Amino acid sequence: MIRSDAPVLLEIRGLKASVEDQPILHGVDLTIRAGEIHAVMGRNGSGKSTLSKVLAGHPAYTVTDGAVLYRGEDLLGLEPEQRARIGLFLGFQYPVEIPGVSNLEFLRVATNARRAELGHDELDTFAFEDLVRERLAVVQMDPAFLERSVNEGFSGGEKKRNEILQMALLEPLVAILDETDSGLDIDALRIVAGGVNQLASPDNATLLITHYQRLLDLITPDHVHVMAAGRILRSGGPELALELERTGYEWVDQELAVAGVS
Amino acid sequence: MVASPLARSAQTSPTAAAWQSLVGAPLPSRRQEEWRFSDPAGFSQLEPRLWSGPEPWVDLVLPAGVKRLDAGAAQPQIAAVLEQAHCHEHWPVRLNAAAQGALLPLRVSAEASELVLDLDAADCGEVLAVQVLLLLEPGAQLDLTLRLRATGRSLSSVVIAASLQAGSRLNLAAVAAGHLDASVLAHLAVVQDPTSSLQLTTAAAGWGFSRLEPRIVQRGGGAATRLRALQWVHDDQLADTHSLVRFEGPDGSLDQVHKSVADGNGRSVFNGAVQVPRAAQRTDAAQLSRSLLLSDRARIDTKPELEIVADDVKCAHGATVSQLQSEELFYLRSRGIAEDQAARLLLAGYCDEVLAELPAAAAGWRPLLEQLHREASS
Repeated sequence: MIRSDAPVLLEIRGLKASVEDQPILHGVDLTIRAGEIHAVMGRNGSGKSTLSKVLAGHPAYTVTDGAVLYRGEDLLGLEPEQRARIGLFLGFQYPVEIPGVSNLEFLRVATNARRAELGHDELDTFAFEDLVRERLAVVQMDPAFLERSVNEGFSGGEKKRNEILQMALLEPLVAILDETDSGLDIDALRIVAGGVNQLASPDNATLLITHYQRLLDLITPDHVHVMAAGRILRSGGPELALELERTGYEWVDQELAVAGVS
Repeated sequence: MVASPLARSAQTSPTAAAWQSLVGAPLPSRRQEEWRFSDPAGFSQLEPRLWSGPEPWVDLVLPAGVKRLDAGAAQPQIAAVLEQAHCHEHWPVRLNAAAQGALLPLRVSAEASELVLDLDAADCGEVLAVQVLLLLEPGAQLDLTLRLRATGRSLSSVVIAASLQAGSRLNLAAVAAGHLDASVLAHLAVVQDPTSSLQLTTAAAGWGFSRLEPRIVQRGGGAATRLRALQWVHDDQLADTHSLVRFEGPDGSLDQVHKSVADGNGRSVFNGAVQVPRAAQRTDAAQLSRSLLLSDRARIDTKPELEIVADDVKCAHGATVSQLQSEELFYLRSRGIAEDQAARLLLAGYCDEVLAELPAAAAGWRPLLEQLHREASS
């Protein structure tokens, strides 16, 4: 849903970043308003996963230039945990398995960290169980997964559902979903996409990072951006994703050649 | 190898001479292979004075099915177990005998309820020695928890000798919460008959010097042995586990996981011997050593020592040494969990694999939890 008067939640300006002294992002500009769903598409190595990690504050990435404002305030100076508490969420492409740490306890500690930031009371074990059981419905997840260690032994689909469950509990204002569709069969994809659609509201925004149109068949983006060589090459509406599906990424190479970037 | 002048002077100091005179054998030395990583200076600087406090476990109430044997009958039985476990000549075992400490010889003839033994060396500045004999008759079952504590200068010497007859089951847990100036030397020797079952779970933290030697012998094979251990070192602490599991007949099984955490200047040693002679066909043994290195000054030495002669066996072993995983930390932080809390959660998760197997009396024992908590948050 596009409303030009909706508040800007995330503003990325000229963002450059590197990992291990290797420049990956070469100046990304992107503005995301409340109520919008954006999709960033691009091939492997285009920098789209790096963008998500930089926004979430992964310590392996160094920002070398540019700025990111979250609701008008500097984001890049904040620790990853602080970014999460004020409402930024990264859904991982490869959710991490943490043996010995109970999923339920992890979800409760994370939820309470966000609630404290919002000035809400901490939820005790019982109150939290009620909340989590209600939110499980968003992703049709079996409560048995709450008793297991975080993501340990979960299938690909279960891990992604667990990511969306975390999103449902943390109620972020900006959710970045990195390749949430990868490794999912069509049923799991429907459930995960359904969860994302349920959580989208006029007050929050979603940034989908994906290779494929198939996710965008289920979650309709307002804006589509094509990323290549560490920058956004072209932006458009949902039709841009369909065009990519039809023509592939070859035109991207041509545009890069014209621009003198290999 | 040429001994360093320091080692030689330690051997000939008046204190070392006093230890030698008490035990009837010179102090262990780092020139011996099995003491290569464990400098006995860690405990031998204490004057070898024997425990002068009240004898432990005098008023112990025994559960039904457990009887106390008389000391005269017990001594040959203890000697027999230690000899079968090939450790009767070990220095800590000789020290334990020489110290003539408390003796608790028990015969278990039924399915008994849990027995908890508390031992507190406090800061006595002495050698506190205890010997426990456990004779499990066919079909008998016992859950025994030993909770050992020290709060200052002291040496605890523990020998547990157990004999498990057919169909019996022993669930032995030993938890030990120490102090930088405290040492413990413990031998846990268990001789298993076929169809018996042993679970041994140990957790130790906070000791300046700890040496734990589980010695398990399946004398006819065909028994089940499950070992779980956690040791945590910090500051200048040293924790050394030398375990031995020997199969003397076919169809035995072993499931062993040893975990260690080394922080500060701490040093953690694990040497896991598994012996599978020709008679032990169809042995199914798995040993895993996992170590977590939290400081660039800490040190881990881990060594599986498999001697396999039988040809139809399954023997798996593995050893890993790692640091707190940065991706795990980032994942937790990206959910709003502060870095120090995330590290504590990861450490608790790491220890949980062992602690979850402790019986309630051990798992909820405050001195150990406080040690682990203190070390995890420092």
